[in-house]
Amino acid sequence: MKSYLSPEYMVERDQDQCIRCKVCVNQCTYETHYYDAEDDAVYSRDENCTNCQRCVVFCPTHAITIKKNQNTYRENVNWTYEAITAIKKQAETGGVIITGMGCDKPYLTYWDKLLLNASQVTNPSIDPLREPMEIRTYLGAKPDKLELEIEEGDIVLKTELAPQLCIETPILFSAISYGAVSLNVHESLARAATESGTLFNTGEGGLDPMLYKYGDHTIVQVASGRFGVHPDYLHIAAAIEIKIGQGAKPGIGGHLPGMKVSEDIARTRMIPMGTDALSPAPQHDIYSIEDLRQLIYALKEATDYTKPISVKIAAVHNSAAIASGMVRAGADIIALDGVRGATGAAPKIIRDNVGIPIELALASVDQRLREEGIRNRASIIAGGGFRSSADVVKAIALGADAVYIGTAALIAMGCTVCQKCYLGKCPWGIATTDPWISKRINPDIASKRLVNLLRGWGMEIKEMMGGMGINAIESLRGNRLHLRGVGLTDTELRILGVRMAGD
Amino acid sequence: MKDTGRINNPYNEDKVIDACSLFGMMNLEGKRFSSRDPVKAISNMHERGNGLGGGYAVYGLYPEYKDDYAFHIMYLSKEAKEKTDKLLNENFDIIHNEEMPTRESDVWNPPLVWRYFVQPGRKKPKNQPADDYVIENVTRINTETGKAFVFSSGKNMGVFKGVGFPEDIAEYFCLEEYQGYIWVCHGRFPTNTPGWWGGAHPFNILDWTVVHNGELSSYGINRRYLEMYGYKCTMQTDTEVLAYAFDLLMRRQGLLIEIVSQILAPPFWNEIDTLRPEHGQVLRALRQTYGSLLMNGPFSVIVAHHGEMIGLTDRIKLRPLAAGIRGDFLYLSSEEAAIRLVSPVLDKSWNPGGGEPVVGRLGSRRVISVLTLGVIGR
Repeated sequence: MKSYLSPEYMVERDQDQCIRCKVCVNQCTYETHYYDAEDDAVYSRDENCTNCQRCVVFCPTHAITIKKNQNTYRENVNWTYEAITAIKKQAETGGVIITGMGCDKPYLTYWDKLLLNASQVTNPSIDPLREPMEIRTYLGAKPDKLELEIEEGDIVLKTELAPQLCIETPILFSAISYGAVSLNVHESLARAATESGTLFNTGEGGLDPMLYKYGDHTIVQVASGRFGVHPDYLHIAAAIEIKIGQGAKPGIGGHLPGMKVSEDIARTRMIPMGTDALSPAPQHDIYSIEDLRQLIYALKEATDYTKPISVKIAAVHNSAAIASGMVRAGADIIALDGVRGATGAAPKIIRDNVGIPIELALASVDQRLREEGIRNRASIIAGGGFRSSADVVKAIALGADAVYIGTAALIAMGCTVCQKCYLGKCPWGIATTDPWISKRINPDIASKRLVNLLRGWGMEIKEMMGGMGINAIESLRGNRLHLRGVGLTDTELRILGVRMAGD
Repeated sequence: MKDTGRINNPYNEDKVIDACSLFGMMNLEGKRFSSRDPVKAISNMHERGNGLGGGYAVYGLYPEYKDDYAFHIMYLSKEAKEKTDKLLNENFDIIHNEEMPTRESDVWNPPLVWRYFVQPGRKKPKNQPADDYVIENVTRINTETGKAFVFSSGKNMGVFKGVGFPEDIAEYFCLEEYQGYIWVCHGRFPTNTPGWWGGAHPFNILDWTVVHNGELSSYGINRRYLEMYGYKCTMQTDTEVLAYAFDLLMRRQGLLIEIVSQILAPPFWNEIDTLRPEHGQVLRALRQTYGSLLMNGPFSVIVAHHGEMIGLTDRIKLRPLAAGIRGDFLYLSSEEAAIRLVSPVLDKSWNPGGGEPVVGRLGSRRVISVLTLGVIGR
């Protein structure tokens, strides 16, 4: 069938600047560029281009520019280019349109409507370059009160605290599974988390034993497919996360195509090589809240109550009530993933239409847990499209203990959010398991880039806190008086628990 | 968010920002003394206030009614008094009540102030502690009757406060007539309020009083944490949050002030990390558990209840506090000069470090400074 689709991007090559070095030919895993020996020239197959920018960055003479195809359909507010091409694609294939990364629709990003406070006159701002500024965070259930006794002049702690995770910055790497990404990416995340004093999350694909040595900085995930879950995997971890849902695809499972299931991945996931790895939509042993309780306690029993158990859900309409149930079921950490949370592959229709923004879910969950007097009993990690340290600070002020970053971490390693992760041929060597392509991620360099990002954000967080006159992050957490809204309705302000700027 | 209609605060004040002068004087043997020195000392710090608030808490004030709860109530309308009297009559046995003696002085727009000596009445559930019953009723009056405000509710102690400089408030309430073994005094410099009488310090519930200088940058979360434990922050002031924190930790959870100071003004993590493991473990658990009660931002505070007067500053000491001892007297003050004015010679005078409590206890000449009980954080 002839395709009626036209290329989305056009490659422009300045033939005067091009030195025929073929870097672009070698770098493009989609075979967009090719060298014609007869002409001694490099040409392009525009229809292959995903605008990942790999060739642009690596072209030594800056000869390449990628442009959006100017040739488009008649302008129509309803029948956009995206709507028309989607229908054509489906008419040609009869399939579900798959995409990668997070929702790219212009639903309100509430972070951009929230502004932070700073001290003026009546209390001093604090200079983090000269005075202590603490962003260390402990994740896990906290008691309502401590019992202390005095024995022979010493204070002795009688209350036994639930296990706590110490992180030196309130930012963790979000779940990204081995299989969706290569071992090199996993190693980079693990090493960066270790060096930065934080945690990375294995995602649902298990963990290569080579990375067990970073276990103290690892959250291992137990998802509906149970891939790679075995006693050693649980024991080496700092914490365990039960994955119920994901912001990019609430309510549905995962699908790692068999072609990505190489020998190593098959071994780690504990499935035959070359078979599709299908994660069911629900956890088939969790059809209700009491079932979640059983799994939480099964994992606590299996690890002798030494590790916090996190439960991750996608932010959906009744997150607050669900989260309350999760806390009562014994979760030590609630991970909330908003509608802008990313994925390696998801049906586009789900990614772009299911779930709610993390800001609203976070605000309502934190408030509900407080109203029920159980906020102490679990920490909250928020995730889903955090772009900067300001987003992090605003999330903590809304009520998060810490945040998960996934997309931002991948961008630090090279990702340009071209949304083609599901093809498995990521030219940046990230969302691929192809041994040749995945060599493009050098863990020495990629982990350094991640450490730098966390360091930079950490310093910015300290600057913002100092401006507010706060020198410990626990005084910012849930402190919504340091937020003011602009351009929001009364209802939005009420749900966020934030007042209008100027009020 | 907040229902300002239910708050007996005619200005609907939001988070009140103010700077202040503090002075506390305690006879450690429990001997009562007059208002002369405390009023002289707080008046000396005139420049730290702006005439929009002054007040005093006096302990050992009513020996003749020492077992009765003494309610000091301000009324902004006649109806409020009628409603309140009805509520008091229904829920308490009123031993004695009278209008508060006052005289002309340079104060602003004084409300009607009345005092009652009461015992919980028959309506009190048998298993409910009397203190809790009193708190419940005080909260009811302050939120339900409209324009009535109980600003003092302890036994054998009382708070006097209003809008004016502290020396004028002393004059207005005829404080030279009274004696006590602890006097805690406050001069106020609010920045965003015309000043209402209930908003002056000391802040009180039962026999606990707090005077405070500073602005808590952590107010938003301190308040949300306390709300989880049933506290209603009706006055929207930082001071109220401090008072409730002391109430939760000391009265309800029974923690010692040495512990409480580690919660409100804890050491830094890098200090905790270097302590002996058993001490580090205690301080780490305190921060993990009570992190939302860390009082972040500048404050110095004098907290008193029967038998104890406590001075504390924030952990990096962004507000001043000086201490001095002479004989049986312990002095706490925003400025040492105020102490020297009333006691030029001191046995000992010092400036406590940030987060380091100074505790005077009745019957003990040993004033606790620096952290004791083995947990010495700094």
